[in-house]
Amino acid sequence: MKKTATLILTGALLATSTAWATPATDELFARFKSEGAANFDAERGKAFWAKKVKKDGEDISCTTCHGDDLTKPGKHRKSGKVIEPMAPSVNHERLTEVKEMDKWFKRNCNDVLSHECTAQEKGDVLKFLLTK
Amino acid sequence: MMQTKLKASLLAAGLLLSGFAVAEESMTGWLLDIYREKEVRPVDNKAWNEECGSCHLAYQPGLLPTRSWEKLLSTKALSDHFGEDASLDDETVNELLAYARENAADKSFHKRSRKIALATEQGEAPLRITDVRYIKRKHHEIPEKMIQGNKDVKSLSFCSACHTKAEKGVYDSDTVRIPNYPDWDD
Repeated sequence: MKKTATLILTGALLATSTAWATPATDELFARFKSEGAANFDAERGKAFWAKKVKKDGEDISCTTCHGDDLTKPGKHRKSGKVIEPMAPSVNHERLTEVKEMDKWFKRNCNDVLSHECTAQEKGDVLKFLLTK
Repeated sequence: MMQTKLKASLLAAGLLLSGFAVAEESMTGWLLDIYREKEVRPVDNKAWNEECGSCHLAYQPGLLPTRSWEKLLSTKALSDHFGEDASLDDETVNELLAYARENAADKSFHKRSRKIALATEQGEAPLRITDVRYIKRKHHEIPEKMIQGNKDVKSLSFCSACHTKAEKGVYDSDTVRIPNYPDWDD
């Protein structure tokens, strides 16, 4: 009985796209809104995450280093260093610190796209990651 | 009489111990220090381990001289770190730089760091550890197929691919295991 209740509860939690929302993600969404972004969309975020870009003669995207399955570890494209899973469902440290998220958005957008991401793009990606 | 002797030996022991405590601060001290290390000082700074270690092996500061770290560790330099954006906030950069300055090869009395310091004393300070003459020379005789041509190594930069204790600052040949070449022996 208790198990069923837990399952239903978990299911209900997972059904909402902000299942893994943290005070840090709330803060970021608020900031992105203040910068003019709105209606953050997980689907758009998903497409952005997988979008291939040419770099050093190679097609790369976020998945190049983070892998296709976000519940599994990824691997740094150059150094080969293991990157802990991005999915907050298996890695509870993810998306919990504003400073960390700002740091990696800046670095990784620059590395993959060669420019910083917009507030809208970051918000969409965040929305997408929160479903994982 | 007995007591005087005891006092004297206690005093001597005390002097010796206090001597060891400051031993690393001078070359003579290093020579006298029974605890002196042969290798490279392991990293003992949280920010260093976390920030450098999130993308690659947290190379010990004792692998490069101060002048190299000063070139690498600035807000501007980190925004283009060998082609990658490794930007950090000023506060963290300053902490890393301070740690590097305290433990750089030329500040260390660890044997391997001393050799790196000597090899980099003159000329342009290298940006890459693999450009340090001493390190190049140490790897000179290893065939290319075992490093660049080895799919599980790829580059001399990946110390820990072969140096099984690289994370602890140990780089001696006894701890080397070259992937796909189990019979390799120095």
